[in-house]
Amino acid sequence: MTGLVRRLGLSLLGPVLAVLVALVISAVVIALIGEDPVEAFRVMVDLGDSPSQQVQSIVVVLNRAVPLFLAGLAVAVAFRMGLFNIGVEGQYRMATILAAAVGAAVALPGPLHVLLIVVVAMVVGAVWAGIVGVLKVTRGVSEVISSIMLNFIALGLASFLLTGPLRGSAPGASIVTTSEIPESGRVPSLNGLLTALGLAAPRSGLYGFLVVAVVVGVVVAVLLQRTRFGFDLRATGLSPSAATVSGVDARGMVVKTMLISGGIAGLIGLPDLLGSQYDYGTEFTAGLGFLGIAVALLGRSSPVGIALAGLLFAFLDRAALPLQFADIPSSVVTIIQGTIVLAVVIANEVARRLALRSAERAGASAGPDPGAGGDDGAPPPTGPDGGQRVRTGVPGTPEDVQA
Amino acid sequence: MKAAAVLLAGSMALAACASDEPTGTGSGEGGAGAAPEELRIGLAYDEGGRGDQSFNDSAYAGASAAADALGAELQELSPNEDASNRAELLTQLAEQGFNPVIAVGFAYDDVIAEVAPQFPETTFAQVDGSNADGAKGDNVTGLVFAEEEGSFLAGVAAALKSESAHIGFVGGVESPLIEKFEAGYVAGAQTVNPQIRIDRQYISPAGDFSGFSDPARGQIVAQGMYDAGADIIFHAAGGSGLGVFQAAAASGNRAIGVDSDQYLTVGPELQPVVMTSMLKRVDNAVEQFINDYAEGNVQGAEDVLSDLSTEGIGLATSGGFIDDIQDDIQQYSQQITDGTITVPTTVE
Repeated sequence: MTGLVRRLGLSLLGPVLAVLVALVISAVVIALIGEDPVEAFRVMVDLGDSPSQQVQSIVVVLNRAVPLFLAGLAVAVAFRMGLFNIGVEGQYRMATILAAAVGAAVALPGPLHVLLIVVVAMVVGAVWAGIVGVLKVTRGVSEVISSIMLNFIALGLASFLLTGPLRGSAPGASIVTTSEIPESGRVPSLNGLLTALGLAAPRSGLYGFLVVAVVVGVVVAVLLQRTRFGFDLRATGLSPSAATVSGVDARGMVVKTMLISGGIAGLIGLPDLLGSQYDYGTEFTAGLGFLGIAVALLGRSSPVGIALAGLLFAFLDRAALPLQFADIPSSVVTIIQGTIVLAVVIANEVARRLALRSAERAGASAGPDPGAGGDDGAPPPTGPDGGQRVRTGVPGTPEDVQA
Repeated sequence: MKAAAVLLAGSMALAACASDEPTGTGSGEGGAGAAPEELRIGLAYDEGGRGDQSFNDSAYAGASAAADALGAELQELSPNEDASNRAELLTQLAEQGFNPVIAVGFAYDDVIAEVAPQFPETTFAQVDGSNADGAKGDNVTGLVFAEEEGSFLAGVAAALKSESAHIGFVGGVESPLIEKFEAGYVAGAQTVNPQIRIDRQYISPAGDFSGFSDPARGQIVAQGMYDAGADIIFHAAGGSGLGVFQAAAASGNRAIGVDSDQYLTVGPELQPVVMTSMLKRVDNAVEQFINDYAEGNVQGAEDVLSDLSTEGIGLATSGGFIDDIQDDIQQYSQQITDGTITVPTTVE
């Protein structure tokens, strides 16, 4: 029991330490530019005066967190397998533009229309990521290189499609977009639910896609923790050679993992697309795929952790506005986000070493203790976390998956 | 993991509780003396925010000049990194009673059309966004510019000054707005010399806004053109323009700046290469709009056009590099103003 507590404490140590360190560094920076750190943090957590403003602030945070969560999840699935999928950015851009085009081109009854758009997005994302997987297992191309390269191709291709065959906006318009998705293809907001809960009605709609994100999160959690496939995936991530010896098809796992990662990546753009934008255009939110890497790192590649990390990033993002009203530069938020990511990588490493040392000590004094873990869903002492995976995923280290 | 969740959630809940404590003044500490009918100006920037040494800073210059003159409060807001919260910027400003609210950049096109009707008592303006047909609401004024006219003159200057009859154009991001610059520039250069060779390239494709803030790639693109024989390059690439100037300096050629008089903003080592700049006086337009508003002269649902005739668009003369061709430039300027020359706004 004490071993479990110690392990849980150690797995907590990384992220909590990282957030604390980031806050301290940010406070120092705020003080250095002549502002009051306490005042700054107070402003950041101030959600507004009236109930409707407060609900609106929460809606803004949630709406931002949904795509971040999906992005983090897409990155994390690959992380757990020891794959560094940097191509999430390109995968979701390709998926979003094609899903938007298909959604605008067809007319179907409500749920079917949405389902079609979702399926198209997931398939496109999976295919785009699948290229990376196939290149890796057939030609031995590092997924880091190929996914970065595919990002550029995706960006260029999306731009070509948008300004060429899929252009739906008027010729003179400053913002080039695809045609709008009709009413039946949109996901209604959850505002009805909020008011039913007795909360004030917010100004903008809470994305209905929040439900989809939660479902995807649960499915991924179950898949990773409760299925044979998830076990193989994690085992391959922890030790490719051991997994191969025990009969796991490492090559097949790489392709399957990339397909799943890409499929989730395909969903990233949909909350915005189906909840507020209804078309893909030159102003469509970019960079979510890269933010997802930071979110996955902070969340240590576990669905719950990623949800919290996504909420934290979304919360910080919203805080940039009230900070500016209080005449504090909003760059403070960027500094906090940056230091959190940096700190989390370092803290993960520190926590890993501490865990290793305590496990060694426990192993030396009481033999059976280390073997007790692994059946309770809690991570093993070394923690199959993003921080560790990232080190092994960096090019230049020996090829990790191919035996 | 579960405990981690609880702890993080707990800390966030604690943080949320802290906000319920009674606090002093919330926001709006920017203003000086609080006259009862004080003018409170809201300014929402485009991607990049304040400090981009370009478009946003120009809007700030105009707004702060007007605010100083009128004793008004000025509240600026920059969007987040990926500029996904533009709608929040406008609603927050309107909600907190800022009036007028000025949005900087065409990227606010959709957003302002959505937000403005929700705040009929607030007067909005959008830099670079047209509202001539009132589609964005009766309370929105478009502050638009005839960039093609100034770019035409830049093309004239480049063609007159080029010794190799080979010039270049570097656009930041492939978009309808930047194509206006390109169209005018090409038309101007070809009017002077129909045989002139014009290399044209954009730094990033549509939808990827990195092209406005990537001096390194600006330098590479420009270097390629100079190597190919171009001797003057006009850039419409925001912050990436610095790279164009550096490429010009490194290869002993010249470049034309954009938006502000860049001869005055680049360092002394780059000044010799900034032959002229195509001026787009966002500052003047914003200042004028605020003054008009203060005097009650804003109608809404209309465009205020800045062009050569209003001197909201022009060609800078700092450095004296184009003094010898001023007569020609004046002549073309006159022909554009009186309608003899119609400058295209799209690339054919």
